[in-house]
Amino acid sequence: MILVTHRDDLTSKTGMWLFLFTEMLLFGGLFIVYSVYRYRNPVSFHLAAHDLSVAIGTINTIILLVSSTTIAMSITAIQKKNKKLALLLLGMTIVLGLAFLVNKYFEWGKHIKEHIYPGSSVLALRGHGDVLFYGLYFFMTGLHALHIIIGLVFIMVITASILRDKINSENYVLLENSGLYWHLVDLIWIFLFPLFYLIT
Amino acid sequence: MNPIENGKNHIIPYKTFLYVLAGLIALTLTSVTLTRISLGTLTVTIALIIAAVKSSFVLRIFMHLKFENKMFSRAVIGVIMLLCAVITITLLDYLNR
Repeated sequence: MILVTHRDDLTSKTGMWLFLFTEMLLFGGLFIVYSVYRYRNPVSFHLAAHDLSVAIGTINTIILLVSSTTIAMSITAIQKKNKKLALLLLGMTIVLGLAFLVNKYFEWGKHIKEHIYPGSSVLALRGHGDVLFYGLYFFMTGLHALHIIIGLVFIMVITASILRDKINSENYVLLENSGLYWHLVDLIWIFLFPLFYLIT
Repeated sequence: MNPIENGKNHIIPYKTFLYVLAGLIALTLTSVTLTRISLGTLTVTIALIIAAVKSSFVLRIFMHLKFENKMFSRAVIGVIMLLCAVITITLLDYLNR
């Protein structure tokens, strides 16, 4: 007897996309706040951005781009019934995601050591514009890092499902959805990176 | 066989992803180099245009929009237009105060 379970992949993906739209609007709102504050404090935003390391920012951008590629390739692997390669690619995605977080840890650590964090009295002395810049910096990159952590947990669950053959070449919509989430996190970083690190 | 087949299961070759990755990294490095050379107000515009080009690659290839049901692309365009409208209206307000 063949057990046929009802499944609707299109609806599953539609649900994921609808969720991603709410995420886009969430970060979109923050980008509007950034634009307005930047418009009102052009000089201090310009100077404050100089304190961020373009090198670490660039490395993290490339890490995220590569991790997006590996998860996208894992879908091709599962479609071609290559379970081992799919697992390897997902493993790489997880390692790259963790590497991103480690870089972020050192980056934030450096700022905090220099007493630059929201609510710091040293930062307050530097003026209103700097307080706004670093407030947005910590909030937006922090919210982004939270998304990375959630994405990593999501991908780990998916990897376990592939190991147990719950996700296979016939049924991989969950892998696609985790990929969509991870790409969104990448997409947000594509805008965060120039706005905080490059436009100085 | 799954009783409900939704859309074609388009298989994107591994190579395509690697080409896109190479393009994305090249665009990132271009963006970093261009913003290092001070181009004044143009810097913001250039950096945002490059970011937009990079996003379109991620959306169309990595997120499969190019091969997916057209409904998804239309919805994404709708959300982007909504965001652009809100940003424009907010900035018009601030620029004319």
